[in-house]
Amino acid sequence: MTALNHSHIAAKQPERVVVGPPPVKIQVRGLNFFYGSNQALRNVDFDVITHAVTALIGPSGCGKTTFLRTMNRMNDQIPGARAVGTVLLDGTDIHGPDVDVTALRRRVGMVFQRSNPFPKTIYENVAFGLRIAGIRDHYVIDEAVENSLRLAALWDEVKDNLNGLALQLSGGQQQRLCIARALAVKPDVLLMDEPASALDPISTGKIEELIEDLKSRYTIVIVTHNMQQAARISEYTGFFYMGELIEYGPTVKIFTTPSEKRTEDYVTGRFG
Amino acid sequence: MMADPAAVHVTTDQGAVSILSHRRFRFLRHVSPLPILTGFLTLCVVAMLVIVLWNIIAGGIGGLTWEFLTASPTEGMTKGGIFPAIFGTVFLVFLMTVFAIPVGVATAVFLRYYARPESKLARLVRVAVNNLAGVPSIVFGLFGLGFFIQFVGRGIDKAFYGGDLAFGQPAIIWASLTLAVLTLPVVIVTTEEAMRAIPRDYIEASYALGATRWQTIRHVVIPNSMTGILTGGILAVSRGAGEVAPIMFTGAAYYLPYLPAKLNDQFMELGYHVYVLSTQSPDVEKTLPLLYSTVLVLLLLTFALNALAVVIRMRLRLRQAG
Amino acid sequence: MSEGKSVAPHVPNMGPDWQQYSVRPGDRRRDLWMGRLISAIAFSAIAAIILIFLFIGREAAPVITSSEVHQEVTVAKMIVPLETRPGKPKMYLWQPVSETPKYSLPPLLLGSLKATLVAILFAAPFAIGAAIYSSEFAPPRIREMIKPVIEMLAGIPSVVMGFFALMVLASVLKDTFGWKFRLNATNAGIALGIAIIPVIYTVAEGALRAVPRQIREAAQALGATPWATARRVILPAAAPGIFAGVMLGLGRAIGETMIVLMASGNAAIWSPHLTDSIRTMSATIAAELAEVVNGSAHYHVLFFIGALLFLLTFLVNSLGELYVGRLRRRLTGVSG
Repeated sequence: MTALNHSHIAAKQPERVVVGPPPVKIQVRGLNFFYGSNQALRNVDFDVITHAVTALIGPSGCGKTTFLRTMNRMNDQIPGARAVGTVLLDGTDIHGPDVDVTALRRRVGMVFQRSNPFPKTIYENVAFGLRIAGIRDHYVIDEAVENSLRLAALWDEVKDNLNGLALQLSGGQQQRLCIARALAVKPDVLLMDEPASALDPISTGKIEELIEDLKSRYTIVIVTHNMQQAARISEYTGFFYMGELIEYGPTVKIFTTPSEKRTEDYVTGRFG
Repeated sequence: MMADPAAVHVTTDQGAVSILSHRRFRFLRHVSPLPILTGFLTLCVVAMLVIVLWNIIAGGIGGLTWEFLTASPTEGMTKGGIFPAIFGTVFLVFLMTVFAIPVGVATAVFLRYYARPESKLARLVRVAVNNLAGVPSIVFGLFGLGFFIQFVGRGIDKAFYGGDLAFGQPAIIWASLTLAVLTLPVVIVTTEEAMRAIPRDYIEASYALGATRWQTIRHVVIPNSMTGILTGGILAVSRGAGEVAPIMFTGAAYYLPYLPAKLNDQFMELGYHVYVLSTQSPDVEKTLPLLYSTVLVLLLLTFALNALAVVIRMRLRLRQAG
Repeated sequence: MSEGKSVAPHVPNMGPDWQQYSVRPGDRRRDLWMGRLISAIAFSAIAAIILIFLFIGREAAPVITSSEVHQEVTVAKMIVPLETRPGKPKMYLWQPVSETPKYSLPPLLLGSLKATLVAILFAAPFAIGAAIYSSEFAPPRIREMIKPVIEMLAGIPSVVMGFFALMVLASVLKDTFGWKFRLNATNAGIALGIAIIPVIYTVAEGALRAVPRQIREAAQALGATPWATARRVILPAAAPGIFAGVMLGLGRAIGETMIVLMASGNAAIWSPHLTDSIRTMSATIAAELAEVVNGSAHYHVLFFIGALLFLLTFLVNSLGELYVGRLRRRLTGVSG
């Protein structure tokens, strides 16, 4: 893992970027983010590794969710929000003039903190992304719905009730439905914003298993306030504090031998 | 809310003492002059409503027959029914909603999903909507005559009818357009309120799945604010059906032997019919029973629509709560 | 922070082709055009206000500018007393269809003023009283019952109120007070007042309810009775809102047409008595516009009155809105 050598990022030496395997999916350099005059992110450098789970941890308001949402430009929705810096997705600057933000969001899917299925049927929820992408073929949609629900480990529970209302599912099922809905448009990267924070332990376990299964096909970035969860499911962990990326590296290192005092304090529960 | 402090005491251990203080509290409320005075004034307001309604129901219920609702006026409008006026009213408000709802919904969508909330433009639109709601209805009538008939209608006649009179005269289309402008604020405000109630989560989910703004509006916003749009439409219809001043010179007719069939026909209308019968009837005594029944029909129509809007709103609130 | 921008994209593009995620050109075009269409439509409210202003102004302007109209009437002739017969005292006369048409505005202005005055004097006590009762004293169950009553009152079409005033109220008032005319300023004003109670009530009640709980609780904690709390604390705090309600009610009353058209007698008399018949500006337009020749002096004068009415209600409503805003600032200032 030393080949990756991410400690330089924490040491703030962006000019000595060393890129080697494993491959980088999203490369962030000098990212600053503002809500009006409030600065939410300060000069963040970050490499998201392909086909791995990257966890973002830190106390509330530290900028981890803001950072997650810059990767599919969800923050564009917020009036007065502004990002400065480079975010490269497979080498393409996502803020570049030739990148269409809707295409970006199809490629970088997102699962939210609160499960938010549409008030439609289970089937229509999963099919939504396909329909708006202009797919009309019933067989294609049927197949995609089934595949996505299987991937989200929900198929066996809902296959006889596809026309039931999504809002009648349990909280955990709803969240897996939202994952299935995001997977249906075949994204490349999956962003998850505290996907299990509102769920009971059993549902949380199911979501974690699911993430474990998905990482062979997707690059996953997950925001979590639960450090055990980060330790369990992620390969890489970034610790944010007050809008700054304090430390980023292999999860094992962050949780056992962090280089920064603040990281150690946080992961050992001394604050936050 | 005034009883809150006392109510808190009741739940403590010294129940007996606290209830006493509670009673004392209520006693105080009743000797104060303000509750008695204001309560009396409230009662007066209720009484006014009851008197007006009772008078009209008592006077009109007898003449409310099937024939009255389905027949045309006869014998110089002293006998017969009011079917042409009902038909004209329905036609009028239907056309009105066709114009008002799309425009009102689009404006609400703009205010909520296109304009930045505090931008000058959004503020300007809100000021305009507010002002529009305060314009007297007779001024809308003047506007309908000066703009729709004299300017637009005459313009159409000059361009397509070689100057012959076709659209440059009072007609149902101009009356309904005038009413559409008048009811626009109702539709905008109600629709925007419904859109405000849509969870942001839905909108974000749609964008995150790669929907364009328009797709999000079409597939998420509009379906989820449908009840609000419907309520706005009903309230607009109820308001429009009761307005007379804006249609007096833009299309309503005193009496017509035929039903309006084309957009540039004139029409009879319930409210205008009430006005005509009560002020221009040669024999008011003879017309009065008929007149009362007409008023009752108009009142029932607007009240039924308002009640429907209230019910839909309540169900919407309940669903959001549950 | 442009430092990041200088970093060359040295990560090779290994992911899937962007193409597979791109939005269909049709959807992109639709998004663009629907956005433009919606933004354009959103201007219709602004356009409506401007068009109302322009087109009423356009038909009213000849009263000021057209020499043809001036042969019959000028603005000056509309506001000064007119000579009827030599030797007789000058008078204000509204006789638009006599041989020498006379267009004195003062009787119409006075008519509107009298009807509005009666309406406000009648409506304000009931509306404000009911608002105070329902926000301060009414048990929740009763408060829930007041709301639909007010909504129903607001839902009565003005032509129905006009009918009631014409057929019922006028006779009752005449028999009770022995007035000379059935249809007069007081009769119309009371009916108008009933119609504007909901406007005043709604705004006033909203203002009273908006007074923060802390203020009430603080007053009660100091031992104030509900009566003292209401009088010394809540009423002063909500005063601008109550005033705004009265102003908005006033705006509604000035412009209201059908009630005064049916219940006021429609005689343009220059008289201070509230028991004489009146002719308001709005009723004059409603009664005469259908009969006039398009483009005649009379026609333009009626639009001129409409323009006056428009400006007057605009002013009164703006004043009301101003006070609503002032109330909001005052209350948020207190609670924040």
